[in-house]
Amino acid sequence: MSGNGKLKVGMYWASSCGGCDISLLEIGTRLLDLVQIADVVFWPCAADFKYADVAGYPDGHLDACFYNGGVRNSEQEEVARLLRQKSRTLVAYGTCAGDGGIPALANLVTPEAIFKAAYHDNPSLDNAAGVEPQPEVETGVGTLRIPRFYPAVLRLGDVVEVDYVLPGCPPQADRVWEAIQALAGGAVPARNGEVRVGCADRTVCDECSREKRLLKIKQFRRHHMFRPEPGWCLLEQGVLCMGPATRSGCGAMCLKADMRCEGCYGPPAGVEDQGAAMAGALGGLVDAATEQQAQEIVDQIPDPLGSFYRFTMASSMMKGRR
Amino acid sequence: MADRTNGRGKAGSWEPRIVGFLCYWCSYTGADGAGTARMKYAPNVDIVKVMCSGRIDPELITMAFSRGADGVMVLGCHIGDCHYVSGNHKTMVRMPLVRRLLSGLGIEPERFRHEWVSAAEGEKFSRLVTEMTEQVRALGPLNWPLRMRERGVGHGQDLHPWRGGEA
Repeated sequence: MSGNGKLKVGMYWASSCGGCDISLLEIGTRLLDLVQIADVVFWPCAADFKYADVAGYPDGHLDACFYNGGVRNSEQEEVARLLRQKSRTLVAYGTCAGDGGIPALANLVTPEAIFKAAYHDNPSLDNAAGVEPQPEVETGVGTLRIPRFYPAVLRLGDVVEVDYVLPGCPPQADRVWEAIQALAGGAVPARNGEVRVGCADRTVCDECSREKRLLKIKQFRRHHMFRPEPGWCLLEQGVLCMGPATRSGCGAMCLKADMRCEGCYGPPAGVEDQGAAMAGALGGLVDAATEQQAQEIVDQIPDPLGSFYRFTMASSMMKGRR
Repeated sequence: MADRTNGRGKAGSWEPRIVGFLCYWCSYTGADGAGTARMKYAPNVDIVKVMCSGRIDPELITMAFSRGADGVMVLGCHIGDCHYVSGNHKTMVRMPLVRRLLSGLGIEPERFRHEWVSAAEGEKFSRLVTEMTEQVRALGPLNWPLRMRERGVGHGQDLHPWRGGEA
């Protein structure tokens, strides 16, 4: 804490969409309380800070840094290392930093395929010369360098020691505010080995208010195919709700809006592989008497890999496609 | 991965390493029967005895592959024979999903096999093990930990040889 008794906090965006930065604004008028208790000393999304400013801070200068996004290139890793050095508490903010998030689905394809799609095989491209970005380019005025693209999306915890993970895509505003208050209260141990905060240990089903009728799934259906009955468990109605394999803490917000859980809070406590956990959960929920029926029903799920691991490919057992 | 023979075969050669999850009541008893009857089968399956095939969390299967198994077998009681009435019904739904997840991850279908083996089917067990071993041998090592290290992901922070250098 600085001389004025305020916390020094920072926020950084790496391989992310920007939603996490917006989610900090979602605390609403409590932002005014935040600036009473904290000075923002680094937040590229909102104010003009340079990496050099951060490099000039003494080690451990930031009381807390919220790092959102996974690590896809060398710049993001370099900043992660810098912020680790300058922060007393480093928080992996959001599911991308914690589990890879949506960008980590790219671990199911090769970097070569990504470059092919982005720079060659795309109807909106005009790249007759087949130019691809290079990490180093010699020009008349010297060597230009851009960050190197990594072969996979990594979690923040894969490159530096992380103290806390605040999951969610994005983290829910009330949970964010609770985390900030805990930091302000000073009762937060600095080094805490990726403890998950702003969430509970159980599953989304645990805090979902929809009625369970203990009926099994006869057919998988998607939202555009029918109108689900309000108040009744979506999974029992055949919608592929990730609730049983997803950590609670969000308050089952999507379910309250009649939308299925997509799994953004990652696996519940005790589970490492969210996708495998979902395959396990469905085992007891599908109404099949024969192997053929079982096969037919699960074949109605269009993309189990992408659906089950939508947010957690980088933290799954398998980590990616070979 | 210094010892590629997995304790089997000649030094310097490679032997498939297959993890077999077997239900206690039927398939393990079947495997036991194969042994008692002195049937010959490939020695490449490391058997994990579980109380019911319904206990085989798909996470155990991804864990086996991610830690270096070349193949995984799941053997349980035939439908209708489950000691716990419906445990294998859960297996019956999970395994087609696991097969699709694995194929999406680029693992050949021959590396994963789910079959029903009763307590009386020692011969089926020995045949399946030998078949599985030969089809995995034909594919060669899976080497998942090494493949993931090459992509810079994996268990532990020392597994990123391509990282470092300036941004």
